[in-house]
Amino acid sequence: MHLSSRPAVSDAPAPDQDALPAPALTADARPLSRAAKGEVGRVIRVGLDGAPHDSLDPDELERRLLEIGFVEGARVEILHEGLFGRDPIAVKVDDMRVALRRREAEAILITAWQQPDASGATPRAVAEDRRS
Amino acid sequence: MNAIAPVLQTAPRIALVGNPNCGKTALFNALTGSRQKVANYAGVTVERKEGSFTTPEGRRVQVLDLPGTYSLRARSPDEEVTRDVVLGRFKGEAEPDLLVCVADATNLRLVLRLVLELKQVGRPLLLALNMFDIARHRGIEIDIGRLSAELGVPVVPTVAVRKAGTADLLKHIDTVAVELAGAASAGANTWHEPSAEEVRATHREADRIIKLAVRPPTKPDTWTTRLDAVLLNPVAGLLILLTVLFFMFQAVFTWAQPAMDGIKAGFDALAAWINGAMPDGILRSLITDGVIAGVGSIIVFLPQIVILFTFIILLEDFGYMPRAAFLMDKIMGGAGLHGRAFIPLLSSFACAIPGIMATRVIDNRRDRLATIMVAPLMTCSARIPVYTLIISAFVPDRTVGGVFSLQGLVMFGLYAAGILSALLVAFVMRRLVWRGTVEPFLMELPAYKVPDVKNLVMGVWTRAKAFLQRAGTTILSIMILIWFLSSFPGAPAGATDPAIDYSIAGMVGHWLQPLVAPIGFNWQITVALIPGMAAREVAVAALGTVYAVGGAGGGGEENVTALMDTLGHSWSLATALSLLAWYVFAPQCASTLGVVRRETNSLKWPLIMFGYMLTLAYLASFATYHIAASLGWA
Repeated sequence: MHLSSRPAVSDAPAPDQDALPAPALTADARPLSRAAKGEVGRVIRVGLDGAPHDSLDPDELERRLLEIGFVEGARVEILHEGLFGRDPIAVKVDDMRVALRRREAEAILITAWQQPDASGATPRAVAEDRRS
Repeated sequence: MNAIAPVLQTAPRIALVGNPNCGKTALFNALTGSRQKVANYAGVTVERKEGSFTTPEGRRVQVLDLPGTYSLRARSPDEEVTRDVVLGRFKGEAEPDLLVCVADATNLRLVLRLVLELKQVGRPLLLALNMFDIARHRGIEIDIGRLSAELGVPVVPTVAVRKAGTADLLKHIDTVAVELAGAASAGANTWHEPSAEEVRATHREADRIIKLAVRPPTKPDTWTTRLDAVLLNPVAGLLILLTVLFFMFQAVFTWAQPAMDGIKAGFDALAAWINGAMPDGILRSLITDGVIAGVGSIIVFLPQIVILFTFIILLEDFGYMPRAAFLMDKIMGGAGLHGRAFIPLLSSFACAIPGIMATRVIDNRRDRLATIMVAPLMTCSARIPVYTLIISAFVPDRTVGGVFSLQGLVMFGLYAAGILSALLVAFVMRRLVWRGTVEPFLMELPAYKVPDVKNLVMGVWTRAKAFLQRAGTTILSIMILIWFLSSFPGAPAGATDPAIDYSIAGMVGHWLQPLVAPIGFNWQITVALIPGMAAREVAVAALGTVYAVGGAGGGGEENVTALMDTLGHSWSLATALSLLAWYVFAPQCASTLGVVRRETNSLKWPLIMFGYMLTLAYLASFATYHIAASLGWA
């Protein structure tokens, strides 16, 4: 696998990527920033889709969230909340833990988590399967 | 393999890259031992850690520990250094011959994405799976051959904290060195800043590789979950944090005291011995009052720095720091500071110098600068002698409301004034001056780990050495300058006034008098403030000198009592309160300015600090003096 061939993946509009925001519009889709402690969900969209954000350039925010593991298909679980205004939040992202403010969590859209099948497939693999 | 490898004349240079918290520094320590050097990168405030080691085949290898990052797409000055060194375009840094990407073997997902990015750079690359023992213990199975084949990068397991845990890595470096010597230059660099879609694509690729080569843990890390349930609990977690902080503050404040007293006594004895052994003269004065007093005033901070950094490194290695930042984020955020700023600020109650050095735990440059700028407003222990002297001379010793001592309340008020003004200044800096650049709070909460003693000792030693080398030179030169100003020219023969009156400091004091008259200072105070620049508490001794109490530079309990009486008679209450207000804000500490100069790597920030603190001090004293005078206390 050569990385030099990689940009091609994104240069050509990948159909599965374009299809991705569509299921986001299901009834239970909502930003991670509104989730309460103990909630489990699956990330269905990262980024604000061009909407402005009050602290960072939206594209920069999107990439930072992706780089720390918030990627479409990831399983997220709110583990802890801060004392004041229940902010920031500690989130389990797949098998690691990340702390962030609710303000940044606005850019992550989640949907209720459905238990993957018992075959041991990773959450993200399930999401990929669903996409294709 | 050619054992002698005559082709490679120069020492190969390797650079360690990796995610934050991957054990990169532990691996760096394991490789280099004590053969390491800490400095700053040219022109930036980013810490540069370099070391060297010898491979089994006798090659001497230079190794650079680069700041941790999740991507080559730099978002902070630290990460820019990592990117530019990796790409070989950092001015003044040689290009690395080999990149060693360090991974926490228990947490591979994000680092594999980084490896895929690093591969595009075209340099020889190696993946070191650190903490391999913990991964195995948890039942994580990593097919190294498969991982290496899928990534197209050699993979070596390492255990930084165990002896011989780096043997495989060293062997590999020897192999690579031979290949390097034979090969032409590095491959083409195809790296470019990835777009969000490209980040997603590398994530998918990393996931695909993980599915093929890594079996998930059979025994997940339940300790971290259990500890977090308590340590991140909104109420219990905050209480535990405050307890930890209180303990740390106490330790820096009290445990260091005997050692500091010992150091002080040692230097005093040395000065006394030289005073006895040498004839009186300028040289003797330079040695005892300039050099020995100067060196002593630097080394005296060492116990506090060692204790503070022992705590900080323990908490960092344990994985508690990001949790503490999580708990404090909202509170500190109100003032526009980052959650991580509280440790430096708390340490500044003991002394701003270790506090400012501790701001290194803050990644973002502006957050760090804001914290550095307000750290000296925290009431440090050097202000206590001055506060005590003035309070006991002027504030009546009576109780208020039956329980509180009035003197204690004034002391508390001075502490509170410091904290409030620090929060206010931080607020102005972060919310008004640097508006619109709120750094997001986004950090990994790593799994808890038992700190390694060797790593701790190495870390504290590096800090202490850096402090002595870097701050020491600046502080010492300022001390000698202040000595010079207070000693020259000497008093003429038959002079009756104290010698300092005739010195440059004395002249400057008289000259500045009209400027400080509006805030109620007399010329004696002004003169005493000049040697007081060396360190706040020196002003007490200087006041003693100016008022000619207890002879030349005398200290001791009875002299302080005598000085209290003198001050009580010669100052008005308004002047005394004005001086207290002055001391809350005044940049009366050359060492702090010296450390700020070193830590920010610029003259601009210490000058700004000096300017804004001086302005605040003047305004506060002016207001205090006039309010007190209007109350009839003049």
